[in-house]
Amino acid sequence: MGFTDRFQKTTEPRHRLGAMEADHYIYSAGIAGEKFFTALRDRGIILASHCKACAITYVPSRLFCERCFAELTDSDDREVGPEGEVATFTLVRQDSAGNALPEPEILAVIRFGHETTGFLHKLGEVSPEKVETGMKVEAVLKPQEEREARITDIAYFRPVKK
Amino acid sequence: MAEQTKEYRATLKPEGVRGKSIRKDELREVPHVTSRPNAKYAWAAGVAMSRFLDELKEGRIVGRKCRKCARVLVPPRMFCERCYRQTDEWVELPGTAVIETFAVSYLDTDANRIKEPILVGVVDLDGAPPHCGFMHYFDEMSPDEIHIGMPVEAVWKPKEERDGAITDIRYFRPRRK
Amino acid sequence: MNLKETNRSAAVVGAGMTLFASRLQETGKEMTWEAAKMALDQAGLTLADIDAVILGTAPDAFDGVHKKGEWLLDGAGGVGKPYMRVYTGGGTAVMAPIAGWWHVASGMYDKVLVLCEEKMSSVQPHAQSAFGHIWDPILDRPLKPNLVWIFSMEMQRYMHKYDVSYEDIASVAVKNKRNAVGHPCAQLADPDITLEDVINSEPMALPVRRLDISPPSDGASAVVIVRGDMAHDLTEIPVFIDGVGWCIDTTMWTNRDLAFPEFVVKAAKMAYDMAGIDNPKKEIDVAEPYDPFDYKEVQHLEALGLFEPGEAARATREGKTQRDGELPVCPSGGLLGVGNPIAATLGIKVGELFWQLSGQAGVRQVKKDIRTGVTQAWGDLMQFSSVLVMRRH
Repeated sequence: MGFTDRFQKTTEPRHRLGAMEADHYIYSAGIAGEKFFTALRDRGIILASHCKACAITYVPSRLFCERCFAELTDSDDREVGPEGEVATFTLVRQDSAGNALPEPEILAVIRFGHETTGFLHKLGEVSPEKVETGMKVEAVLKPQEEREARITDIAYFRPVKK
Repeated sequence: MAEQTKEYRATLKPEGVRGKSIRKDELREVPHVTSRPNAKYAWAAGVAMSRFLDELKEGRIVGRKCRKCARVLVPPRMFCERCYRQTDEWVELPGTAVIETFAVSYLDTDANRIKEPILVGVVDLDGAPPHCGFMHYFDEMSPDEIHIGMPVEAVWKPKEERDGAITDIRYFRPRRK
Repeated sequence: MNLKETNRSAAVVGAGMTLFASRLQETGKEMTWEAAKMALDQAGLTLADIDAVILGTAPDAFDGVHKKGEWLLDGAGGVGKPYMRVYTGGGTAVMAPIAGWWHVASGMYDKVLVLCEEKMSSVQPHAQSAFGHIWDPILDRPLKPNLVWIFSMEMQRYMHKYDVSYEDIASVAVKNKRNAVGHPCAQLADPDITLEDVINSEPMALPVRRLDISPPSDGASAVVIVRGDMAHDLTEIPVFIDGVGWCIDTTMWTNRDLAFPEFVVKAAKMAYDMAGIDNPKKEIDVAEPYDPFDYKEVQHLEALGLFEPGEAARATREGKTQRDGELPVCPSGGLLGVGNPIAATLGIKVGELFWQLSGQAGVRQVKKDIRTGVTQAWGDLMQFSSVLVMRRH
């Protein structure tokens, strides 16, 4: 009488259905994140932190340099953008549940110059076949009254008009 | 290096420790995002527990015997984790037990406060060696009466209401002669 | 198992910790960095000196981020270095430094940074909803258990078997919450708390009452562990890790002896053997056992061989484990006084022994001369223990 015998005799494998009961999570932006998002909402600017020793600019701003552990304070703040560059991109045709999107979305990593980190955002006012790596783009912000200190305060990035 | 040590002594004073307590009700001004997880799960009962649940539906408590260490394993498993070998046979237990331990809970599952306490604990099942049993509720007894070593017996749901779950046993009550 | 010979010795040369509280403002990364920076500063080291990084953190379900170890990486200083996560529930607080120890003792690395982080305030409505998922989904969860139940059941069985009174156990909570006064990171320090306050506090799952329980918390802690022969160059008084041990009991929790944690005895024996300790009652000068509940402190003291089974609670009430008693226990204030951000309790266990044994604990300093200490943590589904013996050479 082995595992297999038992399993074949079990008419219906029993199981229990359920979900993780956590109702929701609160993700805070942190001390540096607070500075970044407040600047985005109130001043409409993209804030970064520059580590002199490592010659790297972190976008969004950070409290510390992950390479040398130096604290990055207000004096290390840099304003970057609104112009950036497409570091890489992808074309999304389905939502996270696998349903077809009415219009494909273009997601891209945007960088703001040499020795600068980037972040993920959407591209707009451009057709997918026109997008290419290295393309110059600029941030399009939501109107001030609609901004709520979130990354979506930037509506999307669009190609810089020549 | 002594200097650094002295310096450090100063840093673990209150002014050296940064940050402040911020609770949920103080959150409004702190940029944050909330999100709700929506993963759903199907937890498989497995070979041994499926049989155990099938038997509960019939009003029986069964264990799985390991002939090497002579234990009757409840909750049952297809292998003995001590001898590290396959267990040998199913054994039906009488459905009586003594209370191994218990709690008088004024908290429900979500840590909400409740007025009438839940009596809950571990049963040490008759017909199985010590420490072989499972968690369940106790009822038909008061928080003053409940005690470790108290003889108890299973109270079952009516047959038509059973669905092959640990809750097919409603609770354990003081054993009747 | 050869416990007496390891490749080389290892010592703690720096420690740091953050405020323990509900800290919704900072990210876990920011707290981790703060603790790590303190530990490095104390050791007089920079991140560039560190060869490898160990990060300990408990369930992803608290912070709500999967692969929390990788997520915290930048705050942990692990970028571009050998890096690993240690996770044994509450036992992580002492298991992560044990992993740090073997990184050094094995001969692989010279200087290792060990961090622990927990942010329990992220999960809503309460950390309890994340704890719910440590129960067996088939057998336990249909009964809608609350985590406090299992502690209450253990405590009940312990009190019954060894005839221990609730009042004696509750005196642990009073001692630790008073000890926490003067700890700059403490959440629940209370100089005025009395035994009556604990005994009359709200019933949770009797015998457990509200003040018998340590509070969920957010925080981070760190220690720096280096090769023994380098330690004296880095700090005035290094504290050596002379013994480590860990052990785990069956997952089938209703099949355990709920009265006495034999797995702690086994973990302690491993650590004592390695440290050459034959009589812990005589040779241990200070103890930082895991105290998420007051009964756990006494149960752990007994399993660590520092008291006979059933005797630690009375000894506590008689004052023997006070900071100026025969055996100071939890001079930090423990989890009951400082707070319980699961893995991050590293700072009040291993961190505190480092500060105590090197004479840097400030107002919390044990006055008598102390040379050897033991610390211990406990976790997973109440079944795992990690033990560490620390010594000033």
